[in-house]
Amino acid sequence: MGKYIAKRAGYMLITLFIIATFSFILMKLLPGSPLTAEQKVTAAQRAIIEAKYGLDQPILIQYFKYIGNLVQGDLGVSFQLKNQPVTKILMAGVPVSAQLGIWALFIGTFFGMLLGLLASIKHNTVFDYGANIISVLGISIPSFIFAGLLQYFVGVKLGWLPIAFWGTPQQMIMPIISLSIFPMAISSRFLRTEMIEVLGSDYMVTAKAKGVSNFALVFKHALRNALIPLITVMGPMAVSLMTGTLVIEQIFSVPGLGEQFTRGVLTNDYSIIMGTTLFFAFFFILVILIIDLLYGIVDPRIRLSGGED
Amino acid sequence: MENILEVKNLHVSFDTYGGEVQAVRGVTFDLKKGETLAIVGESGSGKSVTTRALAKLIPSPPGRIKEGEILFEGKNLAQLSEREMQKIRGKDISTIFQDPMTSLNPTMKIGSQVMEGLLKHHKISKKEARKRTLELLDLVGLPDAEKRIDQYPHQFSGGQRQRVVIAIALACGPKILIADEPTTALDVTIQAQILELMKDIQKKVDSSIIFITHDLGVVANVADRVAVMYAGKIVEIGTADEIFYNPKHPYTWGLLGSMPTLDNEEESLVAIPGSPPDMLNPPTGDAFAARNEYAMEIDFVEQPPMFKVSDTHYAATWLLHEHAPKVEPPLAVQSRMKDNLHANVPGERKKEGDRS
Repeated sequence: MGKYIAKRAGYMLITLFIIATFSFILMKLLPGSPLTAEQKVTAAQRAIIEAKYGLDQPILIQYFKYIGNLVQGDLGVSFQLKNQPVTKILMAGVPVSAQLGIWALFIGTFFGMLLGLLASIKHNTVFDYGANIISVLGISIPSFIFAGLLQYFVGVKLGWLPIAFWGTPQQMIMPIISLSIFPMAISSRFLRTEMIEVLGSDYMVTAKAKGVSNFALVFKHALRNALIPLITVMGPMAVSLMTGTLVIEQIFSVPGLGEQFTRGVLTNDYSIIMGTTLFFAFFFILVILIIDLLYGIVDPRIRLSGGED
Repeated sequence: MENILEVKNLHVSFDTYGGEVQAVRGVTFDLKKGETLAIVGESGSGKSVTTRALAKLIPSPPGRIKEGEILFEGKNLAQLSEREMQKIRGKDISTIFQDPMTSLNPTMKIGSQVMEGLLKHHKISKKEARKRTLELLDLVGLPDAEKRIDQYPHQFSGGQRQRVVIAIALACGPKILIADEPTTALDVTIQAQILELMKDIQKKVDSSIIFITHDLGVVANVADRVAVMYAGKIVEIGTADEIFYNPKHPYTWGLLGSMPTLDNEEESLVAIPGSPPDMLNPPTGDAFAARNEYAMEIDFVEQPPMFKVSDTHYAATWLLHEHAPKVEPPLAVQSRMKDNLHANVPGERKKEGDRS
């Protein structure tokens, strides 16, 4: 197992290096510069600023400097936010986004699985159709609509919950609910489909023929076999939920990664964009590794060959 | 001998969008203590459905036991609730399934799968259950049981998996063991091994066995009695010798005629023409009439009752009626009847013949 993880970590570094290189090249290909929006900058001032940030040097030199700093864990400084280091800005946004994302993922998956399980057990009944409608709505209606409705009715009309900002539990409820609808709908769909197939399989008849109770049939025999496709879809979803969801963070004024990323893009803030891109990439690769390890735990057939087991 | 199971006029139907599919239409038979009853017939003849109905393993909906009785130890299983059935399944009636590649849970250790029934039906500790499981794996001829018990199904070959499936079925010492084509999904050499194992187990455990197959060679090997099913009905039932050497129903003739023999090289195999009827609209008369070269007018109008041939031998064909014309079975069957020393599986069948 250790050997396997070490190998994967090596691949991770290579991937990150390639992503860093590509994002650097792409940034340079973009028209405009961090200074484009500042009309008041004279040519002389511009030259001074460019010299300060090293933007006047040949691209190759800039690239090597960037990679060199990266290796030392330095993502550069922001062009817009009073010379704050990018790592510091990221560190401020990451915990907020992660908190929002993890809650939404946890709550969404939990209720989604519950819904999917019940729908599969009560297959082709009114309950199944109801669960079906809920998940279709959850998948097809964008989260900002739920967010807006919640803000209007619960926040404004009823006045039960604050409509913006982040920090107190009351402030967290509505963003988390709006964000959890999609993962709930998706996990419910996937689990239902897979459970129906598993429940109809031969080994379920074998288990039933042993005298196993219906409860144990579902939870001891079927559920574990139905989890694989769910893990596959939930992994990338976990990443996108935890790394800042642009729309929800904007609507509820949540100071997360998504908000900073949007601002970086709008102002051509090179180091913020590249920093966040790299962080997303790192996080995504990490989650993929975790998913691969999870597969092995859930399904012995794909237990990793590098391990002792 | 004492009956352990009596099935009376069992009807099983499946409700589909196209209508009611009558898979089993009035099956009556009994199973004696310690005997092996083979049920033979083509695919779709209702043999699997019949036996699954015995343990109430028919998924419902769409399936349902429409009428009839399944009497086991004074109880009518057809009337029992799901909860009561759970106490009988695996303990008193257990099943060996056809395809070992799909009938084991891929994410559960072999040991846990064998143990599950034991822990459920007997009040024993995990440790005792494990010990018993090791004995069972040993009984079904799985070497290195101590190591194998903690492995997963994908680490076993098809034949080994079928041994595990057999161990699961035997775990609680069932009174009735249903083997639903246990060798069909295996390749020929493994088939022979599993068949040997089944015969071995037949001697070691005192369960009554219902052996479903469409392979008459297998029947000759294992069965005491044989029931021939066609279109959801038993058309002929008798001791293995009666069915092999004195068959009465034209369908049984057809089955025997289409069975390859080793000693008659020049004879060609005779296929039964046509195909089984559509069970959505079963024919009014004898279901086999349309494929039966000996069919009479009455065969298309009225279903034949079971005519008694001997105390143990019954067949549902109008040919046995006193007014029916005398017909001779096809040559292939006649030669078998005349000279029952030349049987399909020489050693085994001869022994059966000597005994009776």
